[in-house]
Amino acid sequence: MTLHQFLARNRIPVVVTAICVLLFLVYIIGAPQTFLNSGIYAALMGTIAFSGILAIAATFIVTLGEIDLSFPSIMGLSAYVFAYLYSTQGSFPLAAVACLCVGLLLGWLNGVIITKVGVPSIVLTIGTMFLWRGLIHVLVQGQSISLFEMDGTIWNSLMVGKIAGYLPAQFVWFLAIAIGLGLIYRKHRFGSHVLFVGDNAASARMVGIDTDMVKIKCFMLMGLMAAVAGLLSLAFNQSFFPTHGDSMLLPTLAAVFIGGTSVFGGKGTIWGTVMGVLIMGSLETGIVSLGLTGFWYQFIAGLTIVASVVSYALLLKKVG
Amino acid sequence: MAGFFSDLTVRESIDVTTPLLQLTDIRLAFGRLNVLKGVSFDIQPGEIVALVGDNGAGKSSLIKVITGVHRPSSGEIAFKGKRITLNSVKASREMGIETVYQERALADQQELWRNVFVGRELTTALGFLDIKKQKEETRRLLRDYMGFTSEVINVDSEVKGLSGGEKQGVAIARALYFNAELIILDEPTTGLALSEQRKVLNFIRNIRDKGKSAIFIDHNVFHVHDVADRFIILDKGQVAAQFTKDEITRDQLIGMMVELHEKGAIAS
Repeated sequence: MTLHQFLARNRIPVVVTAICVLLFLVYIIGAPQTFLNSGIYAALMGTIAFSGILAIAATFIVTLGEIDLSFPSIMGLSAYVFAYLYSTQGSFPLAAVACLCVGLLLGWLNGVIITKVGVPSIVLTIGTMFLWRGLIHVLVQGQSISLFEMDGTIWNSLMVGKIAGYLPAQFVWFLAIAIGLGLIYRKHRFGSHVLFVGDNAASARMVGIDTDMVKIKCFMLMGLMAAVAGLLSLAFNQSFFPTHGDSMLLPTLAAVFIGGTSVFGGKGTIWGTVMGVLIMGSLETGIVSLGLTGFWYQFIAGLTIVASVVSYALLLKKVG
Repeated sequence: MAGFFSDLTVRESIDVTTPLLQLTDIRLAFGRLNVLKGVSFDIQPGEIVALVGDNGAGKSSLIKVITGVHRPSSGEIAFKGKRITLNSVKASREMGIETVYQERALADQQELWRNVFVGRELTTALGFLDIKKQKEETRRLLRDYMGFTSEVINVDSEVKGLSGGEKQGVAIARALYFNAELIILDEPTTGLALSEQRKVLNFIRNIRDKGKSAIFIDHNVFHVHDVADRFIILDKGQVAAQFTKDEITRDQLIGMMVELHEKGAIAS
């Protein structure tokens, strides 16, 4: 494949990569004292991993032409289950397995109601978003749960320790998940089916794809990844708050859309999502380092989102 | 002369073989609504059969029975002489019955190499796609079944670059490639430009050339008479009449359709 063909076939990933590189150049030029120091990258890697893991799974959902707004609440509820079990039973494996199972179960429930009952995903997941968050509030009655006893355990280092004193383990988890799910997205039968269901569900059914099952599996994946992100961020913070995961919704979805995954379904890349995660995850730090106040964050984030989705729409229009 | 004799031999061998598809007294009801009221007919190997009839005659329902979407309330379906029950689209597809719908033929934003193998992927260990093989085979299919040698449309092209006729062509080629015995085409020429319609009709002729059968539904009697070997006229859930191409001229067929539409029955 020539370079020209590569660029022609990967317009959107190329554009989003360029935006990301440009942004980091601006940071480096505008705030060299911060962005020429390796410490800032370790800090960024440590924080973007959580929303990154969510965004990878959300890419599958958006590719289907669906949406999930309930993953922050699933993240919260599965994290609560972990915090409760770990603080009362003291067993990490038990608490972790239960946490992941809750994620899978809640994702499955979303998927089943969406496909079998026929409630549109945007409507249902608004409901389950409130439902599971509400359940957390009812269960914990405003209390937080401290998990300081996890500090220093092997489990804690496996999840959020620093490799060679620098690289945050949660970032390695994020990369592993991104590579694994990226391969599945582009090169596995399942990923291919996700693309077809999102592109043309009727045609997918014609060739014998169980479209409902594909959707249910994607919502389960979203639930599972919400639990994984919940678990890692819990280990990172070492305490559970009833609002756990709440702030993840919009930055995560924004990362998916900045990454160029089509809201109409059928098209997207995991690479684009990773770029979107880097952009969304670095903006706040970058803006503050550049000397602007934190008040600018939302404004500039909004500008980035609007500019990127408008340019993708124009790109696609031009191609026809 | 040689062509004439070889033609005869082909006809003879068709006559002695068992029908590819045999429907006997197929009935289908949704609640109290009888959609199909005892439909019987055969499809021979290598035969193109046109299913004609007014809206609501039961054409689509019949197609859905043959492709496993609907289970008939009663009646028998035999494929290659063996009685079968079709439970799903997948089951009928595996048996060699494939449908090509204009709108649903292919997924627009996916590459050709994905579209050709979707649902029947060539995989290596753990379900990962053998992308190289899929591309190779897609290239072969485009060349051998469709005569595509253009550089503009290649295996990496997204389907949306293809015309409406070409999309159906790829879907037909795909079906033939996977050894479909019976290809069902639902309104293949509707809404297409004239040049595209001609392409589609050629793709349909290609099915017969490969020795396979097709059922096609089309409102355009000109197309139907042009391509089909036999016409089955469906009316109110029943077979109103059947003709082979040499038994009826195009004008007679048109007259019959008009008569059926206006009077609700065929006089003779």
